[in-house]
Amino acid sequence: MHTYRLTHLKALEAEAIFIMREVASQFEKPVLLFSGGKDSIVMVRLAQKAFHPAKIPFSFMHVDTGHNFPETIEFRDKLVKEVGANLIVRTVQESIDKGRATEEKGPQASRNMLQTVTLLDALEEFQFTAAIGGARRDEEKARAKERFFSHRNEFGQWDPKNQRPELWNLFNGNMHMAEHFRIFPLSNWTEMDVWQYIKMEELSLPSVYFSHEREVIHRNGIYLANSEYLTLGKDEFVENMVVRCRTVGDMTCTGVVASPASNVDDIIAEVAAARVTERGGRTDDKRSETAMEDRKKDGYF
Amino acid sequence: MTTQKGYLDMDLLRFTTAGSVDDGKSTLIGRLLYDCKSIFEDQLEAVEESSKKRGDAIVNLALLTDGLKAEREQGITIDVAYRYFATPKRKFIISDTPGHIQYTRNMVTGASTASLAIILVDARKGVIEQTCRHSFIASLLQIQHVIVAVNKMDLVDYKEEVFDQIVKDYEGFSSRLEIPHIDFIPISALHGDNVVEKSAAMPWYKGGTLLYTLEHVFIGNEHNHVDARFPVQWVIRPQSKEHHDFRGFGGRVAGGVFKKGDEITVQPSGFRSKIKGIHTFEGEVPEAFAPMSVSITLEDEIDISRGDMIVKQNNPPRVEQDIDAMICWFSESTQLQLGRKYTIRHTTREAKCIIKETKYKVDVNTLHKIEDDLEVGLNDIARISFRTSTPLLHDSYKRNRQTGSFIIVDDATNATVAAGMII
Repeated sequence: MHTYRLTHLKALEAEAIFIMREVASQFEKPVLLFSGGKDSIVMVRLAQKAFHPAKIPFSFMHVDTGHNFPETIEFRDKLVKEVGANLIVRTVQESIDKGRATEEKGPQASRNMLQTVTLLDALEEFQFTAAIGGARRDEEKARAKERFFSHRNEFGQWDPKNQRPELWNLFNGNMHMAEHFRIFPLSNWTEMDVWQYIKMEELSLPSVYFSHEREVIHRNGIYLANSEYLTLGKDEFVENMVVRCRTVGDMTCTGVVASPASNVDDIIAEVAAARVTERGGRTDDKRSETAMEDRKKDGYF
Repeated sequence: MTTQKGYLDMDLLRFTTAGSVDDGKSTLIGRLLYDCKSIFEDQLEAVEESSKKRGDAIVNLALLTDGLKAEREQGITIDVAYRYFATPKRKFIISDTPGHIQYTRNMVTGASTASLAIILVDARKGVIEQTCRHSFIASLLQIQHVIVAVNKMDLVDYKEEVFDQIVKDYEGFSSRLEIPHIDFIPISALHGDNVVEKSAAMPWYKGGTLLYTLEHVFIGNEHNHVDARFPVQWVIRPQSKEHHDFRGFGGRVAGGVFKKGDEITVQPSGFRSKIKGIHTFEGEVPEAFAPMSVSITLEDEIDISRGDMIVKQNNPPRVEQDIDAMICWFSESTQLQLGRKYTIRHTTREAKCIIKETKYKVDVNTLHKIEDDLEVGLNDIARISFRTSTPLLHDSYKRNRQTGSFIIVDDATNATVAAGMII
């Protein structure tokens, strides 16, 4: 007998494609937030699939802290060219220069929080009504409460206690002037699903995701990649290690992990055996128990 | 490589969990995640630390699912939380809904995307009012498979008689519901009996563990594969040199199977044509079935836009403006107002509607009809009739969960104020 069945990856893909098309239909001016990280690379593939053989009907935007792994930026520009997208870059540095944000002080300083200002300003500048992001519910406990279509008020804020229920395949993107939506097509994906999908689709990734030798410093139980943006604290020193990035973000708060995994199969095996979450290496989440929730309420990704 | 084959051939099962306060639901979910290695050390450490801060005597696994500050402070779950775990056979998505009396709304939301519901019963308390309510909602939402997990068997000395009595009581009232498959499993979430490992304390129980059941439940019937329904979501027109004449209709199959060459009708216009091709990024495919996202091209150039539906010629949906439905009211701040205009979202179609009549409400605990109080407010379930500004292309919810469901949006606040199932 013929069975009509989709594997879990194909089912997740079908759901995400549905969301992409729903965004294009329901919102006047959506934008895809694109950092060059693995989740946003997966999103680009899903957007391509949703509109093929037409081009992706929205611009890409990178909110850039200026503290990037150079490999990621190189990759970002290459992919944007490949898919023929229009890339907008707005930098935290500009926000600081304009007096819209103030750089954090001290050795722990990070521009992670400041991204919110840059993001909200950019959404307003271009009048974007929906920003598509790669956040997943398995990443963090506050994100576990997110919707596919997540409403933001005129101040860009998230009200987690007053969210719209989402039933069946029905998404309510109705909104008032000056409000916007954040859209999360990968809501139901886990870190493992993302890697399996990368394998299935044979997607290429920035080299920092794979094992390489790098200068690192040990701080608060996390290894940070050494860069000009880090200030060494007392008792801190630079050492060489064979590492890879599990997530790619701002260099000053994204940890690297010791790993010999040099290809996607190795990484899948490593993720299967991992005993620490992907964001376990993010110092931005460790600032307090509700660090992510607090940032999200203010308009963070 | 065997591992590769494994994850490229896994199923997806979405299930919801329902229980009343202190039934041990969070402990059960914590147990499933922990035993399937989906809880990580840093999460566990964070929970241990919060438990300590709160002064809990034991590590409170409920804190794993309660993600928001208010929830952790007040020890409550505000709304649906989604959790994920996988075994080599299946990936699971849990929609975890809180058990408080006022939260019918949340269970309806969680159940709307679920193929299976786990309903927890405390072995010491047996079948109570809330068990009935949860089962009624599962039945109303057309969940095909319910697992009644009789928890805290350790506190009744793992006695078979206690379990048998609960099975008997449950079957007594569930015969009035429409749930085709019900499994009963005696468990102790706290000690792990019959959750992932078979219990040595209950040799009298011959059935599968909870996880075994979740892994083997038949899920091939969660979509309608009979009535071909394709709500058009987005028209794909590349307007490039290469694909100059391409005009594809993007959407997700909501029912049935579409094949190249099929004779179709476009609703509501009634235009007829044939399927020229079914397209994906990877190329053309011979057929598409629910819930695949594809794009369809037709032999003839006809005017089709979002909200239209491609169906097979010999099997049309209902095309009507006067509709009867069961709804659950979601709004805390407003009640259902007869005669007022609302927006309705159904498949990819949007219309205005006027609620003409509330026929009755249902007491979710006793299943009795209420006909003397017809005010519909938060958490009420009611049968209504309404008229839409343009025909809805629909089936009954019983026949198809995708083409039989809708939401009602309040135009003043843009809030989703109700969820509905067409009769």
